[in-house]
Amino acid sequence: MNMANKVSVLEAQSLTKIFGSGHTEVVAVSDVSFRVARGEIVALLGPSGAGKSTLLTLLGLICPPNTGSISIEGTVVFENHQAKVNVRQFRRQKLGFVFQKANLIPFLTAVENVRLAMEINDQPAKISRLCAMELLDYLGVAQRADHLPSKLSGGEQQRVAVARALANKPSVILADEPTAALDSVHGRQVMELFRKVAHEQNAGVIVVTHDHRSLDVFDRTLEMEDGKIKA
Amino acid sequence: MNLAGRDIRHNIGRFVLTTIGLGLLLMLVMGMGGIYRGLVQDATLLIDRLRADLWVVQKDTRGPFAEISRIPANLEDRVLAVPGVLSSNAFVSHTMQRERNGKPLRITVQGLSWPQDKGNWLPISAGRSLGRAHFEMIADESLKLPIGEKIKFGKDSYTVVGHTRAMTSPAGDGMAFFTIHDAQAIQFDTSGEAIRLERSARWARAQDLDIGRTQPQMIERTLGSSSELAALGPASISAVVVKVKPGFNPEQVRAVIVKWPDVSVYNADKQRQFLIAGVVERARKQLGLFRILLIIVSAIIMALILYTLTLDKLHDIAMLKLIGARNSVILGLILQQALLLGVLAYGVAWLVGQWLFPLFPRRVVLLADDLWMLAGIVIVISVASSIIGISKALHVEPNEVLS
Repeated sequence: MNMANKVSVLEAQSLTKIFGSGHTEVVAVSDVSFRVARGEIVALLGPSGAGKSTLLTLLGLICPPNTGSISIEGTVVFENHQAKVNVRQFRRQKLGFVFQKANLIPFLTAVENVRLAMEINDQPAKISRLCAMELLDYLGVAQRADHLPSKLSGGEQQRVAVARALANKPSVILADEPTAALDSVHGRQVMELFRKVAHEQNAGVIVVTHDHRSLDVFDRTLEMEDGKIKA
Repeated sequence: MNLAGRDIRHNIGRFVLTTIGLGLLLMLVMGMGGIYRGLVQDATLLIDRLRADLWVVQKDTRGPFAEISRIPANLEDRVLAVPGVLSSNAFVSHTMQRERNGKPLRITVQGLSWPQDKGNWLPISAGRSLGRAHFEMIADESLKLPIGEKIKFGKDSYTVVGHTRAMTSPAGDGMAFFTIHDAQAIQFDTSGEAIRLERSARWARAQDLDIGRTQPQMIERTLGSSSELAALGPASISAVVVKVKPGFNPEQVRAVIVKWPDVSVYNADKQRQFLIAGVVERARKQLGLFRILLIIVSAIIMALILYTLTLDKLHDIAMLKLIGARNSVILGLILQQALLLGVLAYGVAWLVGQWLFPLFPRRVVLLADDLWMLAGIVIVISVASSIIGISKALHVEPNEVLS
């Protein structure tokens, strides 16, 4: 897919993140710039300690960069360490997260986990139930909708987590090693799911992964080393 | 979506046990208040029931409840002669301890001024009031003396003809009502041998006196019954209870009696004050302090419970923040659980108390005002206790999900 002409949904400009100070200073992300277009799925590769997860927390508006800016759908969210918008509201409306572990709320059923994300975003309960069921159906876990996470398999939990990430039709989905806890078959299924979501829902997807077997799923790969994106 | 309710449903066993534990603690707080109220009510029971306008007692004493008071029985007639007095009744009260079925039986004996007073004003729950001048008694239910049973006090037996409900002394002993003569007979009961010894002593004392030597007939009389001796007055009473005629101010009557040099006179409010400020004051303060301590302990325990419940959910709270949940969602989760815990624990306290308090040896009186006040305190404790948990939750960073 040629993404060059597509509108960028996420833009990172000269991002730098430094932890500690003085002789304990660690530069986790250094002068990183890139764009992700709508409908594009990007793999973020690199060895452990390369700064992939830190970059993801910056892009996910979880912590601010020391310098640089992040724009989502054309809105500048962070400029240096200054938030330009209500970050939590922006996260709620524009971003979806998937992690290595599903991190589902243990006392909510699969459908309730998805509904929660919608209701937090002021979706009425009646509509949220319907939409959540549609999403679970889309991801092939509708029959497990009323089960607690503890009663779901790892693959099913991860699908529910993806459904939750999609709940508010986000512009950007960020996934941090989402297949690490899955076997190769389920891992592949989840990666293909991201591709499907990116293309069908026109969202930008960034996936941090070590799984080189699924790289064919991605439109593009970015490789990080020592906090920088390799050319 | 109610997160608090769903979390409770998920951990229902732990929540139920926590609620029961906290409920039992609150029951103690409730019970302490009830014991205090019971203490005050027991102390002022007779004063409130008798509805006397004035109490005439021994000079410079705070009798007959706060301390011993002895006045001559004929004071009843003197008081009746005061203008504005509707009725004056002798009042006798003393406590005795006897053995019954191998257990100590403490009874507060009350004398009723027969024949004017047959005990019709008493809260009789079974049987009847007094119907004869002698050898009948009305016993409080707490004494567990069945109607029709004859009980021997001193040389005479008394038949239980009626039961009262919740008539106990300030010390918590059940009351028994007799005619005033029977009450005095029980109080001043002396064994035959003691009477014989007293008569001999009298005779010996009289013989040592000139008058005894010159009037041998008088010496003979000392060997007779005490009641036949003019020099020895009738047995004393504790107080005279006065009711004032309609249209008269009790203070007018009091102003007359207060000038008498041998007695003191108090109105009902003053008597109540003697009892509450004197007899039950220390117990009241002790119970009050203990109650405050229990409330503080409850608040600390509740805060610890809520803090622990919050710690268990920190990862989930971080996740909620990550997906953009507002602080109000997180605050609601903790606060709703705290309030539900408090309200249900209060319910448990009330229910268990309803069953348990009647089994207490002393009366536990739960007044609506006290219950509402405790409910308010529980709500305040619930909110205050959740503050630590809320503070912890609000400081959780969303990136803790990643750790």
